[in-house]
Amino acid sequence: MILVVAEHHGGQMHRATWEALAAGQALGLPISVVLAGHDVEALASQLAEAAVTQVLVASDPALANYTADVYVTALATVIPSAAPTLVLAAHTYQARDFMPMLASRLQRPMVPDCVALARDGDGVRFTRPMFQARLLADVQPAGPAPHLATLQIGAVRADSLQRGGAPAEVVAQAVAVSSSDVRQQPDAPFQEARQAVDLGAAERIVSVGRGIKGPEHLALVQELADALGAELAASRPICDNGWLPMDRQIGSSGQTVAPKLYLALGISGAIQHVVGIKGARTIVAINKDPDAPIFEIADYGITADLFEIVPALIAALKKP
Amino acid sequence: MKIAVCIKQVVARDWQVRPNEARTWVRDGDADFEMNEPDAYALEAALRLREAHGGEVVVVSAGPARVTQVLREALARGADRALHVESDALAQADAFVVADALLAAIGPEQADLVLTGLQSDDQGFGQTGVILAERLGVPHATIIMEVQVAGATLRVKRELEGGWFQWLEMPLPALLTIQSGINQLRYATLKGIMAARKKEIRSVAAPVSQPAQHVTGLRAPDKQKQTRMIAGTPAEAAGELLRALREDARVVAS
Ligand SMILES: Cc1cc2nc3c(=O)[nH]c(=O)nc-3n(C[C@H](O)[C@H](O)[C@H](O)COP(=O)(O)OP(=O)(O)OC[C@H]3O[C@@H](n4cnc5c(N)ncnc54)[C@H](O)[C@@H]3O)c2cc1C
Ligand SMILES: Nc1ncnc2c1ncn2[C@@H]1O[C@H](COP(=O)(O)O)[C@@H](O)[C@H]1O
Repeated sequence: MILVVAEHHGGQMHRATWEALAAGQALGLPISVVLAGHDVEALASQLAEAAVTQVLVASDPALANYTADVYVTALATVIPSAAPTLVLAAHTYQARDFMPMLASRLQRPMVPDCVALARDGDGVRFTRPMFQARLLADVQPAGPAPHLATLQIGAVRADSLQRGGAPAEVVAQAVAVSSSDVRQQPDAPFQEARQAVDLGAAERIVSVGRGIKGPEHLALVQELADALGAELAASRPICDNGWLPMDRQIGSSGQTVAPKLYLALGISGAIQHVVGIKGARTIVAINKDPDAPIFEIADYGITADLFEIVPALIAALKKP
Repeated sequence: MKIAVCIKQVVARDWQVRPNEARTWVRDGDADFEMNEPDAYALEAALRLREAHGGEVVVVSAGPARVTQVLREALARGADRALHVESDALAQADAFVVADALLAAIGPEQADLVLTGLQSDDQGFGQTGVILAERLGVPHATIIMEVQVAGATLRVKRELEGGWFQWLEMPLPALLTIQSGINQLRYATLKGIMAARKKEIRSVAAPVSQPAQHVTGLRAPDKQKQTRMIAGTPAEAAGELLRALREDARVVAS
């Protein structure tokens, strides 16, 4: 049996939970889902509409606000009695926070950030990126079940989720959480002041990554952006270094954009970057490394030094 | 305040990674190595806390003899001393094995705060710190963008998805996984490099632990999309790209 751990925020399911459910269903093994929280009946009935055997609900006032401690305490109670062979969650920030602790508490292996799951005899074969997604690895967890895994966001489409004929059974789980189990005290989540630039509406974006080498070269790409009528954006390291303001960052911790044209200069194409450009119509990558992952999602690619191509592009655009 | 910082040595970013014969790891016999990037930010966060609150910064790395290079670099940037859990097998070990190795060095130190990077550039587990916290029996928080210490209480800013953040409070001792960009890095000065030569790198025996997972097939990823690769001189490639963007994709005005 596969047990999928559901994630929710502010009364809404995290959309990646549906992806994890769809991935679990595709393995063709019996599947259940566990939901931890307080006052989560509405979410439980949403989950019960999927083709799953059971929805296990761990409800307790102490679970009203997520902390790694409270989730691990609750799940470490539910999992042994449910006795799954695989515990699966989406590879979200929240899963990064508690899943390794849960694995450690249960003394079971965890395979993080999987891009594919496949049946392999009695078990499951896990495939995950390594070396910044420049390589893929098949991974075999060691020792007895349950094994734990997380699924990279976007690796499986949520619309492949199968709905059930009738709502699945919702089963309450007894969890006893005492205040001494929880050491972290969280404040409410907040957003920083609104972005000064809204790249979400930009038609064309010229985006630079670490291939730009230093802030002194930004004027060159700004010139290209101007010539194309494009906004300038960047990968995270450029903003981390303070070369461009944070509100120009694209990706999971930056802005999500959907331009007609996204021109990526010296960007390797890490998943945390490319999730921000899934909506782009035409993606162009210029990178000197022919194996850079960005070429896997680009429509047009040039394997070359950006310092040679960018001036040539500017010259070609300025030609009457 | 005693702060331990876990630092991993990883193959350099521009090193061409190729699977080895057994497809279990990369050919790294003659690779260049560097400090895992988020770990450099974790070290900087520790140095700033020491400047504000006093105390000591101890850097820890698990791996073969070569990892003393990143320990030396951390000492040159200002760390006080270093612990090296030495074993060749640790170069390719999973997060559970590495957490055990780090525990052997850090456990006896009784540090007030342990910092790790949020993720390694080679294995990318994003697990080692959290597992280590559980083994040390201390609370943790991940993907941290700000750290404040007041007495025995830690207040940290966690990065959440999509531009959201959250403050958390927890008692010390604790473990944090640090996100890149939490601060601006300092680099080693000549004085720092000279001083580092006199600082201690103590070797710690690696414990024996069972692997939690095995890589059985390492390979280059398949392409998902049909990319049109454009060749030629820079002028030719630029000209053809522009033509395609104007006439085929119609995303640039003529
Ligand atoms: C939790 C988390 C959240 C994250 N959030 C984000 C996010 O929101 N946005 C984001 O971007 N990243 C994010 N990251 C970081 C992400 O994982 C990558 O590290 C980052 O995107 C890499 O940036 P890069 O492509 O610019 O740099 P690198 O990966 O270093 O790539 C540089 C590229 O430039 C190429 N290059 C070098 N010189 C030249 C040249 N002269 N000409 C042409 N090409 C050249 C190289 O071949 C290489 O492919 C996050 C990471 C984590 C763990
Ligand atoms: N061999 C190691 N030596 C020291 N620290 C490590 C080692 N492996 C992982 N770490 C730390 O754990 C963090 C997360 O690594 P990982 O779990 O591999 O993504 C890194 O950023 C380091 O701070």
